[in-house]
Amino acid sequence: MSYFRAENLSLHFGGLKAVDAVSFAVEKGEILSIIGPNGAGKSSIFNLISRIYRPTSGRIFFEDQDITEEPPYDIARLGIARTFQNIELFENATVLSNLLVGRHRHSTTQLWQELLFLPSVRANEKVHRRRVEQVIEFLDLEPYRDKLISGLPYGVRKVIELARALCSEPKLILLDEPSSGLNVEETDDMSFWIRDLKNELGVTVLMVEHDMSLVNRVSDRVIALNYGRVLTMGSPAEVQHHPDVVAAYLGA
Amino acid sequence: MRFLFKTDYEDDIRLFPHSGYFVSYGLLLAVLLIAPYVLSSYVMSQLVFVCIYATVGVALLILTGFTGQASLGHAAFLAIGAYTAAYLQKYNVPFPIYFLAAGVLTGLIGAMVGFPALRLTGIYLVIATISFALIVEEILARWESVTNGNEGMRVKAVSLLGVTVSRDSPTFYFLCLAVLVLTIVGTLNLLRSPTGRAFVAIRDSETAARSMGVNVALYKVKSYAISAAITGFAGVLFAHKLSFISPEMFTLQLSIEFIIVILIGGTFSLHGAVLGAIFIVMIDPFLTYLKDDMPGIIAGVAATFGAGTQSAANVQSKVAAFASLNGLKGAIYGIIIVLFVLFEPLGLYGRWLKIKLFFQLFPLYKRATFKRQKIYVKSERNR
Repeated sequence: MSYFRAENLSLHFGGLKAVDAVSFAVEKGEILSIIGPNGAGKSSIFNLISRIYRPTSGRIFFEDQDITEEPPYDIARLGIARTFQNIELFENATVLSNLLVGRHRHSTTQLWQELLFLPSVRANEKVHRRRVEQVIEFLDLEPYRDKLISGLPYGVRKVIELARALCSEPKLILLDEPSSGLNVEETDDMSFWIRDLKNELGVTVLMVEHDMSLVNRVSDRVIALNYGRVLTMGSPAEVQHHPDVVAAYLGA
Repeated sequence: MRFLFKTDYEDDIRLFPHSGYFVSYGLLLAVLLIAPYVLSSYVMSQLVFVCIYATVGVALLILTGFTGQASLGHAAFLAIGAYTAAYLQKYNVPFPIYFLAAGVLTGLIGAMVGFPALRLTGIYLVIATISFALIVEEILARWESVTNGNEGMRVKAVSLLGVTVSRDSPTFYFLCLAVLVLTIVGTLNLLRSPTGRAFVAIRDSETAARSMGVNVALYKVKSYAISAAITGFAGVLFAHKLSFISPEMFTLQLSIEFIIVILIGGTFSLHGAVLGAIFIVMIDPFLTYLKDDMPGIIAGVAATFGAGTQSAANVQSKVAAFASLNGLKGAIYGIIIVLFVLFEPLGLYGRWLKIKLFFQLFPLYKRATFKRQKIYVKSERNR
């Protein structure tokens, strides 16, 4: 049984089939990239997995559990974290509190305990804070701890989003275009980090990406989509030279 | 300027980051504690209102400032707290019990109001809360067996541990101050724990909050309940301070006053609630001054600059007529809101921080430090 599996996943907006009977599986510990032209349905698949959209039909399984009907906030609790294409950070909060929100799925304290800030809350906060510090160190975010997001450059925000997802200690992480808007050096850093995610933290990565050099460097397997359908699946080299993929990008 | 060198995770958690805070807040507390023995009874009465308004301000900050949910219905929560106290007092329920009961009942009603908020945003949410406030106002006027209708209800003085606490006594002031301080400390505790961070997350991006595991609906309802409960507590004190309550005290204008409290104080910090409360309580004396003294002063100035007795008297009556116009208060509120939104969206506390920074950095302060700029990268797609 696969670690993560989508079966005949469809998302229709009226007559438009954004995602059309897509099936794929992710093995534990691999990096799987989804590529495809604009509007191919890549981000829609992510939004289906994190339950921002409700699938028209099809099922999603994670660790042999059907998660198609789980409410959105439980997806994170199951160990699936994500980043967004256009950065969805908490603008008017500090980097630290952004990352601490990532720890939300691990919080166990009750409201009344928090109002009194009982020793148990304090102890929990320290644990969260230590975990956040580990992620900060992993992604070299030390200079930004107390900065507000609204004052930070785009490249840093992109890394902070990855950091926030990592703070939830996910088993599977969904990266929606991790390199969009980044310059060459920042993209290089990102590719190292994505590989470290897999090698050091043992996180499984599902990634949507346009930058083919990044895809080639980090992916174990690639899925190519067009018009909501899977064109082909395989190693990065195979997929790139597949005639259907070439046709989708360059025209037949 | 002080540079904090953090060596412990505790440094990010504690409420007072460094020893200077103990000195300044200690001094403030000392001043507040000796105030009733130094200041006149009129000023003390105003201070009690500052405490009550600031408590409501903190409640509204939790909801609007930190969770990002607008409310123009807080006068109704205040009314529910006040009427619960007045009603239970009739049956000789002791103060601590009806105080708690008012908070709990208002909190429950707040949670109920929170449910429509799950589907509404922005202006529609504001309209929903206004209609809630109007419904409550109407119920208070019609449900005569409980609320005594438009005739209103008398509220006897607080009876605490067998001692009667008159509404003008220092003890009543200390009671209001204690409620305010406890509210502020509780709110600060909340803000440095998971719930408070979830509130802020909901304010800034619901989608991201959801995908980080925050149950957005639950936390919105929680925010409404907490905010309403605190306002209910304030309502009990409000009823005791006024010693008489009737439906026309809890109008839309009162809700707007609460919005002004946080808007003028600053919506990003609890300091704002207190500063805004001081500001709003000062408006009434200012209006009285405008009515009583201003016409005479202007006439005097006119006379000094050579106006005849006749025309000076004319000016005086014109100014007096203007100062006692109906709805002048509302107009002043409107102008204040517009000016603050245009020129100082961070409120009085934001202005104070800027002034502080100016002196800390003097002579290196850059004029463009707080220049506002538009940010275009934010997407509205996944609302």
